[in-house]
Amino acid sequence: MAFDRSERPRLPRAIKILVAGGFGAGKTTLVGAVSETRPLRTEEVLTDRSVGVDDLSNVEAKRTTTVAMDFGRITLNDEYVLYLFGTPGQERFWFVWDELAEGALGAVILADTRRLADCFPSVDYFERRGTPFVVAVNCFEGAPSYELAEVRLALQLNPEIPIVMCDARKRDSSREVLITLVKHSARLRAEPVG
Amino acid sequence: MNTTDGPTDEHWIDPEIIRPYVVTRGRTAPTRGRFDLISMALAIGPPPGPDAGLDPEHLSILRLCREPKSVAEIAAHLNLPAGTIRVLLGDLFDRELVSAQEPQSEVDMRDVKMYRAVLDGLRSL
Ligand SMILES: Nc1nc2c(ncn2[C@@H]2O[C@H](COP(=O)(O)OP(=O)(O)O)[C@@H](O)[C@H]2O)c(=O)[nH]1
Ligand SMILES: [Mg+2]
Repeated sequence: MAFDRSERPRLPRAIKILVAGGFGAGKTTLVGAVSETRPLRTEEVLTDRSVGVDDLSNVEAKRTTTVAMDFGRITLNDEYVLYLFGTPGQERFWFVWDELAEGALGAVILADTRRLADCFPSVDYFERRGTPFVVAVNCFEGAPSYELAEVRLALQLNPEIPIVMCDARKRDSSREVLITLVKHSARLRAEPVG
Repeated sequence: MNTTDGPTDEHWIDPEIIRPYVVTRGRTAPTRGRFDLISMALAIGPPPGPDAGLDPEHLSILRLCREPKSVAEIAAHLNLPAGTIRVLLGDLFDRELVSAQEPQSEVDMRDVKMYRAVLDGLRSL
């Protein structure tokens, strides 16, 4: 029959991880450090959150906002492709988050110690939504240096939420952050993986 | 690919009844349209002739999708909003010129095999 899928080449399934944090926290840098290519940019034209976006014919009539997202790709194997989305952390973009967080493996929240309060909204959001997340403290030159325990306290993180130091410019460091998230998410939603 | 206990390809409904855009695979949330931002697309079948009624953007998508690409990647490469790409991909899907794969869903996030694959992939970066 026309839609017999056995005749078709297999397509990989995509998995996404979100990278959140305030402006300048290093989101795009982290995405670029681990991705196959330089970060790409896409724009979503989104309707007001009360409007279903599945009915494309109605879109023109509704209030719309354009949100730019940086993202990168990591081809894992023939079966899976991983996408990392660096997303604006302002509250007025929550409706973007709702769409992106759906089906996400988890989120990395980048904390900039010069502006720690910038990541409060992201922490609140992912806690409320139940999306697994880790906090990565980005080490900028000249920024106040805190112990991880101090940052955990300041962000009022639950003890089970991992918090790590990172340098988003370095591939190894950024990769370790992602590995920490994957293990944490597996522990919460499936079973521990090594 | 059987990564979950959810619906599998056997649950495809005959195209005579419902147009099989993309399999829903037991997603718990309402669908957000035919293509997610990270739905994957791949060009299939013989290249369309000039009488296929396709725009240059359609043809650009087909060229890009010789290798699997997400909606987001297509949008970035063609410098068009993702919403536009969704519509164009819909046209191509209807003409059986692309095949599509929905992303991992919230339910799929219980699959330990997936986590192992992601870990292995990250470690070999
Ligand atoms: N020292 C240092 N600088 C960083 C780090 N991560 C990002 N930066 C720099 O901070 C600036 C803002 O980073 P960017 O990724 O654009 O932030 P975004 O707004 O969150 O996407 C850039 O100039 C980066 O080079 C880091 O880990 N350490
Ligand atoms: Mg950025």
